[in-house]
Amino acid sequence: MDLDLPTEHQLLRDTIRDFMTSEVAPVVDQHERERRFPIEIVRRIGELGWLGIPIPEDEGGAGLDTLAYAVAIEEIGRVWGSLGLIVAAHTSLGCGPLHLVGSAEQKQRYLIPMASGEVIGAYGLTEPGAGSDSGGTRTIARLEEGPNGGTWVIDGGKRFITNAGHAGTYIVTAKTGLRDDGSPEISAFIVPADTPGFSVGRLEEKLGLHASATGELVFSGARIPAANLLGERGDGFRTFLRILDGGRISIGALAVGLAQAALDASIPYARTREQFGRPIGTFQGVAFMIADMATEIEAARQLVWRAAWLKDQGRDYGLAAAQAKLFASEVSSRATNAAIQVHGGYGYVTEYPVERFFRDAKLTEIGEGTSQIQRLVIARRILGLRVV
Amino acid sequence: MRIVVLVKPVPDPASGGERLGANGRLDRAAVPAVVNGNDEYALEAALKLTAAAPEGSEVTLLSMAPASAPETLRKALAMGATRGVHVTDPALAGSCAVSTAKVLAAALKQLEFDLVLAGVDTSDGLGGTVPAAVAAYLGLPFLSYAARIEPDEPAGTVRVRRISPTGYDLLEAPMPALISCTQALGEPRYPTLKGIMAARSKEIATRSLADLELDPSTVGGAVATTQVLATKVPPARGATEVVRGTPDEGATRIVEFLAQRRII
Repeated sequence: MDLDLPTEHQLLRDTIRDFMTSEVAPVVDQHERERRFPIEIVRRIGELGWLGIPIPEDEGGAGLDTLAYAVAIEEIGRVWGSLGLIVAAHTSLGCGPLHLVGSAEQKQRYLIPMASGEVIGAYGLTEPGAGSDSGGTRTIARLEEGPNGGTWVIDGGKRFITNAGHAGTYIVTAKTGLRDDGSPEISAFIVPADTPGFSVGRLEEKLGLHASATGELVFSGARIPAANLLGERGDGFRTFLRILDGGRISIGALAVGLAQAALDASIPYARTREQFGRPIGTFQGVAFMIADMATEIEAARQLVWRAAWLKDQGRDYGLAAAQAKLFASEVSSRATNAAIQVHGGYGYVTEYPVERFFRDAKLTEIGEGTSQIQRLVIARRILGLRVV
Repeated sequence: MRIVVLVKPVPDPASGGERLGANGRLDRAAVPAVVNGNDEYALEAALKLTAAAPEGSEVTLLSMAPASAPETLRKALAMGATRGVHVTDPALAGSCAVSTAKVLAAALKQLEFDLVLAGVDTSDGLGGTVPAAVAAYLGLPFLSYAARIEPDEPAGTVRVRRISPTGYDLLEAPMPALISCTQALGEPRYPTLKGIMAARSKEIATRSLADLELDPSTVGGAVATTQVLATKVPPARGATEVVRGTPDEGATRIVEFLAQRRII
């Protein structure tokens, strides 16, 4: 059993850490303050191959494994949660479905430009009335007869879509009919940003992750060719469940990165901030918070790496990914909260970065399956019962 | 264009944990090793030169270093170097600059090259004498403190802009030549992820003293020409004063500050 990261993963981690610290860290505050999407940074990391880490080389990616991807997202998130989310949503949710079920032509046309960093991807699943209950999708796609298999006409809307307005390619789910048992038939589609009848609606004002864009997608008779059906008709639901399994690993990694950032900030503070004539880190009340943060973060990281490793081994990783995402996101909220407590009044003001970590971390308990959904997934697997 | 870049793994200066062992030698186990900063600038220059004329071009890394060096050299390979040659031998521990130059020169005799590039100095030793000594051992032209390198392959010559105390000197020499490289050559690139993947399968050849036909009794710590007698940690820096205000206020305060210390 070898718990050390392989050499090339260490090199990847050091490279990303170096770039994030030297090139990215200096511009974070300004982008967050102005709620500005980091187009220039995204372009540069695309050139470095960070936008297709686990996608095979012949599909435009870097051809690394899920473990490398998890390590990368943690290192990005450790400096900038918004950028970590942009990369995770692009890779897991934008590139992921195309890699998983895309045809050769679809991969050539859409996946290669995305995985090689030229085009940003996004994934439209959530709707105003269909969050955890993704099966409640109301967006409808109907097939209009015509040459080349016809045209899909999409009507409806999506909400809380990461990378909205900056993506060049959207993968969206829509209801294409009813099954024999009356349940909705859900299919997935590739929607280029310039599709007639498709537009990006309102962008959200969020608690955190201010430099990442989250917004509405609006479909008013949006017309896409039949060739843009992704996977088999009716397979959309099954595909996105598989995509979310993988996406959870990256959100877990993002959570670990944010928690680590909180710890990184708290350690020097606790060592140097003096009260009652001694560093506050010499008081157990503070020291034990640091001890708990460090311990929980290490445990969360190991769960994330284990889920990634299982995926890379081609083994069942659904349970491990849900466990990793659940634990890491809750550790992230606890650790970033503790970091504010360690910093006291300074932690509550924007002069120190820990309040940003705290605001950013909360998203990891909600996105790509709330903590409650993760517990449901885990409990169903453990109990073998239809827990609701 | 075939270029050999001399690279040295050094303790990471950013770690702040560099220290000497009991024998006065660098404690290399104390902190993680990285490629010497100036060597990365030399490598960047080599990669740009070979990219400009890719036909038959290659960049070979040459390093004399302990057995763990390949881990560090991988980063330089990920940046784009073609292959590595790693000279390592237990007898080389404690080598002085003269020994190091002798060994690197012997290794270079077994390689084909148009240029050898080296960083002007290393962040651990800071001697800055090895490049010149290697050139002397091999009878190569030595062009130092390069801020720009312009080879003319058809003519078989290379022009270097050398940083001098008064500006630049323009030097020209026949190739092969050895050039010591400054940071004015341009920032080293970050390895791409494809570069990191490709580095896995790149060759790092190992050479012992026997491979280089060097007598172990002529090199290494036993015959070192220099010896560290004592070291002292410099005093910590004093408090920093940040000057804020209008440019006029700032200038006034800075002049006062310098005058108080009789610097002006």
